[in-house]
Amino acid sequence: MSGQFEPLPGGGAAVALDDVEISIIRSLAVQLLELIGPGPAEDASDDPLAELFAEGPSEPPSDPVLRRLFPDAYGDPEGAPQAQEAEEQRAYSAEFRRYTENDLRAGKREGALAVIRALDGVASASAGGGGAVLKLSADESRQWLGALNDLRLAIGSRLEIADEDDTDLLYRLPDDDPRKPMVMAYLWLGGLQESLVATLMA
Amino acid sequence: MGLVTAAAPMEIEKTEPAEEVFAVPEPDVPWVTVVHNDPVNLMSYVTYVFQSYFGYSKDKATKLMMDVHHKGRAVVSSGSREEMERDVQAMHGYGLWATLQHDRN
Repeated sequence: MSGQFEPLPGGGAAVALDDVEISIIRSLAVQLLELIGPGPAEDASDDPLAELFAEGPSEPPSDPVLRRLFPDAYGDPEGAPQAQEAEEQRAYSAEFRRYTENDLRAGKREGALAVIRALDGVASASAGGGGAVLKLSADESRQWLGALNDLRLAIGSRLEIADEDDTDLLYRLPDDDPRKPMVMAYLWLGGLQESLVATLMA
Repeated sequence: MGLVTAAAPMEIEKTEPAEEVFAVPEPDVPWVTVVHNDPVNLMSYVTYVFQSYFGYSKDKATKLMMDVHHKGRAVVSSGSREEMERDVQAMHGYGLWATLQHDRN
């Protein structure tokens, strides 16, 4: 797995992906999509305005991946606030969440969906062959960049990567460790994302 | 400005009119957006976000990224509370770990 994005003349980027790589990214994007869940109005009513006025949740998600994707907006992670200050930060964070989390979820859902759609287009072009070249416009590149980052954040949470030392440990996992396949995917996606950033910063 | 470090009061328990004088938030106490270090986000990606969202130069974006990486956090913008909530929401959209707080300097 050595796929690297290359800049395209005139903007955008391209990468050659084989069938296994396509299915790995696709399956991770589907899992993220399922975790984020449908929008508030999708299972509610026929009212087209329902989503506009739907309030988001006020409590942080219980799933660690979602908690990382939608963190509290108030509160110092290193601080030890007084009880009153902590209570105030919780209240502010809850209010922020009510007004932003639906939009944030929608944005990440669209990113994952764009990835899945693009991969399905490539997969049908490849038609069971040895793979295909995925071409992205500049706009699509930016969307993919965010989506790849979300996928890496999700895997990072699942692997409980909390500091730089944890990342170093991942490189030294024995081959029979059950986390090994996910670690391989994580490191590979990191390289893929790195090459995509480079095309956008050129 | 500067010395006002008390948190902005919430709209509760305004019982005594006399206390309300002190409960009025200082309009020009600035808020800041703080980005925190995390081991997953790539250094290049964090720099890219600072450049493309805030419009910072490559040098400034790189310096802020290095502060996040080495010091564990960096103040990336300052302004009104509403502006900082917008920036924090944008950072969460990019997948960066950000919070807002009163400027304590």
